[in-house]
Amino acid sequence: MLNFPRWKVLMILAIMLLGILTSLPNFLNEAQRRELPGFMPEQTLSLGLDLQGGVYLLFEARTADVIATRLTNLAAQVRDVSLAEGRRRDIPRAERVTFSGIKVQGNGVTFTLRNPELVGAARDKLLPFTQAEVGTNALGAAGATEMELSVVGAQFTLSLTEQGILIQQRDAIARSMEVIRRRVDPDGVKEISLKPSGSNRIVLEVPGAENPEELIALIGKTAKLSFHDVATNLSATDIEAERFSKARYSKVVLKDGGYIVIHNREIVSGDDLTDAKPSFDQGNRPAVAFTFNTSGAKRFGNHTAKNIGRPFAIKLDDTVISAPNIQSAILGGSGIITNIGTTVEAKELATLLKSGALPVALTVETQKTVGPDMGADGVAKGQLAAGIGFIGVVIYMVLSYGRFGLAANVALITNLILITGMLSAFQATLTLPGIAGIVLTIGMAVDANVLVFERIREEYRSGKKPFQAVEQGYAQAFSTIIDANITTFIAAAVLYMLGSGPVQGFAVTLAIGILTSMFTAILLTRLILTVWLTRARPAKLPI
Amino acid sequence: MLLRLVPEKTDIKFLSMRKVALVLSALLLIGSVVLFFTRGLNYGIDFKGGVNLFMQVENGATADISRIRSISAANVVGEVKVKEFGAKSDVLISIEKQPGGSKEQNDALKTVQEALITAMPNLKFQSSEVIGPQVSGELKRDGMIAVTIAIIAVLIYIWFRFEWQFGLGAVVALMHDILLTIGFFSITDLEFNLSIIAALLTIVGYSLNDTVVVYDRVRENVRKFRKMSMEDMLDLSLNQTLSRTMMTSVTTLVALLALFFLGGEVIRGFTSAMIWGVAVGTYSSVFVASPMLLIFKLKREAMLLDDEKRDPTVDKSKLTPFDHV
Repeated sequence: MLNFPRWKVLMILAIMLLGILTSLPNFLNEAQRRELPGFMPEQTLSLGLDLQGGVYLLFEARTADVIATRLTNLAAQVRDVSLAEGRRRDIPRAERVTFSGIKVQGNGVTFTLRNPELVGAARDKLLPFTQAEVGTNALGAAGATEMELSVVGAQFTLSLTEQGILIQQRDAIARSMEVIRRRVDPDGVKEISLKPSGSNRIVLEVPGAENPEELIALIGKTAKLSFHDVATNLSATDIEAERFSKARYSKVVLKDGGYIVIHNREIVSGDDLTDAKPSFDQGNRPAVAFTFNTSGAKRFGNHTAKNIGRPFAIKLDDTVISAPNIQSAILGGSGIITNIGTTVEAKELATLLKSGALPVALTVETQKTVGPDMGADGVAKGQLAAGIGFIGVVIYMVLSYGRFGLAANVALITNLILITGMLSAFQATLTLPGIAGIVLTIGMAVDANVLVFERIREEYRSGKKPFQAVEQGYAQAFSTIIDANITTFIAAAVLYMLGSGPVQGFAVTLAIGILTSMFTAILLTRLILTVWLTRARPAKLPI
Repeated sequence: MLLRLVPEKTDIKFLSMRKVALVLSALLLIGSVVLFFTRGLNYGIDFKGGVNLFMQVENGATADISRIRSISAANVVGEVKVKEFGAKSDVLISIEKQPGGSKEQNDALKTVQEALITAMPNLKFQSSEVIGPQVSGELKRDGMIAVTIAIIAVLIYIWFRFEWQFGLGAVVALMHDILLTIGFFSITDLEFNLSIIAALLTIVGYSLNDTVVVYDRVRENVRKFRKMSMEDMLDLSLNQTLSRTMMTSVTTLVALLALFFLGGEVIRGFTSAMIWGVAVGTYSSVFVASPMLLIFKLKREAMLLDDEKRDPTVDKSKLTPFDHV
C-alpha cells in the first residue's frame, strides 16, 4: 500500500512539472513570455467576456427563408428548362418537353407536363435535379440527394428531401458566419469567436467591444447590391398608378427622393463582385470602387455595350442609390458607385459589399455587454475571494490535522497549479462562475484528504501502529473517495452538456477540480506521507 | 493540540431523532412547495426575457434611484425595477419583457440607456443583458431538464453501486435539498437565474457526496457487525463519519463565505444558494438519507449476498484496486 515504485514517483513528479510548466505563463508578463524557449507552453488563461469585457450576441437565422429562396430558384430553373425546350427548332412542337402551371407548393415545386406522352423524356430532362447532391466535401464523400421527383400522370413534383433541407440550412448558417466574420473583423486582427448553436443560431463574441448597437447594425445590413435596366417606356401617370407588369418591373425608392421603375431581372448582382474598396469620384466625393468576376464583367460589358445612352440602376437593398446613363461600354469589369455620402459610409459599404450579402435574415435573440471596468472588477474580486478562501482553508487544515494538514496543503497548492495549467493548456474559458467553481474546489478538494485522515485517526485509535494505520486509512477510504467524486462528476458533466456559456465554464472548472483533487489526494499526499513515515519512523502519529 | 469540531468519540442517537426530523423536513417541504405555487420565484431575465442594465455614477457618488426609475419607466412598457447593486454608486435597472419579439427588447435597452445618459451625464455604462422571449423559455426548459437528468443519472449510479434502497434514499435526500433551496429562493425573493441552476446542480453533487460517504460506511458496517440491529448500525455509521462530515462542510463554507463577502454582487445569488445548500445537504445526509434506509427496509442478507459477488471494493480486508493505483 505504501510502497512507491520508482516509476510511480517519477509519474507524480512529471504530472506536477507539467502543471507548473502549463500554468507558468500566467505569472509572467508578455515580454517574459516571449522569451520562453520554444518547447514551453505560452498560453495563458483565456478569460470569458464577463471577465475581460466585450459583446456577446446570439443570432437566430430565419432558415425557413433559405428554403423559400431555394424553392423560388428551383421553380425558375424548371421554367428555364421548359423555355429552352420550347425554343428548340430541331424537333416538332409536340415532341418538346414543356411544362405549365409551375408553382411552389409546400417543400417542393409542382408542374404539369403539356404532352403527357413524354413522361420518360421529361424524367431524363429533370435528371440533373434529382441527381444533384448537396453536402459533398473535398474528399469526395457522398452527399445527400437534394430532391426527389414524384410523377402522378402528367403532374410532376420536385420536392426537397429532409436531408437536403437540413444541409441547406446548415450551409446558410455557415455562410452567414463567414459573412459576419468578414464584417466584424475584416482585417482578421480581433480575437472574435463565432460558433453555431443548435440548428439555426449563431453565437458571436467580440472581446473589447463596447457598443452592441454598432455591431448589430453592421451585421444586420443585408447589403444586397444589384444592377438593373431602367424602364424608360412608362409614363409618369402609369408609374404613379403602378400600371405595369409586376412580374417584370418594380417601383423602387430613389435615394435622392422620388421613385424609379426598374426591370426585376438583374444584369449583375453583388454575388459577382470580387472586390470593393472605398474611393472617390471625379468630383472628389466619396465613392466605392468595385471589380466584377469574369462572368459578371462579361454580362455587364455586354449590357453596357448594347445600351449606350440608356440609364441603368444601382440598387442597394430596397433603394436605388443612383441611376447613371451609360456613357460607353464598360468592358474592364470594374467601376465605381457614386452618391454614397460620407467617407465613413463609403468604407462601410465597401466592407459590406466585399463580405457579400447575408444568405438569411438574422435576429438578435440575446445580447450581453460587459464594460472593461466591470470585467477587471470581476477578476480582482474573484482573485481576492480565492486568495482569502485559500488561506482560510490552509490554516484550518493545519489546525485540524497538524503535520498531515501540511501535506494536504501541499496537495491543495498543487491542485490550484494543476487547474490553472489545465485551463490554460486546453484554453477553456474562465468565467466569473468559473472562478466560483475554483474557489468551491478549494473547499471541496480537501475532502478526499479529510476522508483519508479521519480514517487514519480511526485506525490509529483502534490500536494500530502508525505505519499500519496510515496504510489502512488509505485502503479503506478508497471506495468512498471514488463514489463520492464520481457522483459530483456526474453533476458537473450534466451541467456541461446542458448548460450554456458561463455555466459551462463553471462545469469545466468543477470537473477539472475533481480530477486534480483525486490525483493529489490519492497519489501526492500519500507519497509525501510515505516518505515522511519511512524517514522519520515516528512512534506516535501526530493526528 | 489539534482543533476538533467533533469529540473523538461520539454516540449520538441520530436515528431516534428521525421522527422529529422527518416531521420538520415534511413541514419545510410542504412550506417550500406552497411558497413556490403561491409566492413564486423572482425569475431573472434569463428565464423570463427582458433587459438588465447596470450603470455606475462617476466618482462613487450616490445614485439617484427614484430619478433613474422614473426616467427608465417613462421610456418602456411595464414594470421597471431599479436597485442598488453592491455599492451606493451602482444601480441595476431591470426592465420587464417588452411586448413583441427580441427586437423590442433590444430597442428598450437602447432607448433607456440613451435617455439615462442624456438626462444624467455622470452615469457610466457598466454592462447590459438582453434576453429574447424565445431564448428565455428554452433556458428555463433546459435548466429543468439538466436538474432532472442529473438526479436520474445519480439514482442509476448509486443503484448500481449499492442497493436500490440507497439509490432511492439518496434521491429523496436530493429532492429534499432542491425543494428547500427553491423554497429559500421564494421566501428571500433572491433572483432565480441561470447561475442558480448551476448552484442547484452543485448542491446535488455536494449533498450526494455527503450521503455517499455515510452510505459507504453503512455498507461496510453491515459486513462487520452482523449481529447489530439496523438502527444501531446506522447510528454507528453516522457517528463514525460525523467528524469528516463537519470537517468538509466547514472547509467548503470557509471558501463559500470568502466568495459571498468578497466575490462581488454578480455571484452573490450563487453563493447564497450554495451556502444554504451545503447546510441543508449536510442536514439531509444525516437526518433524511439514513432514516430512508430504515423506511425502505434495507435487508442485510440481500446486501451481503450481492456485494461479495460483484464489488471488489466492499470487502476491505482484501486487496483493493487502490493498491494498484
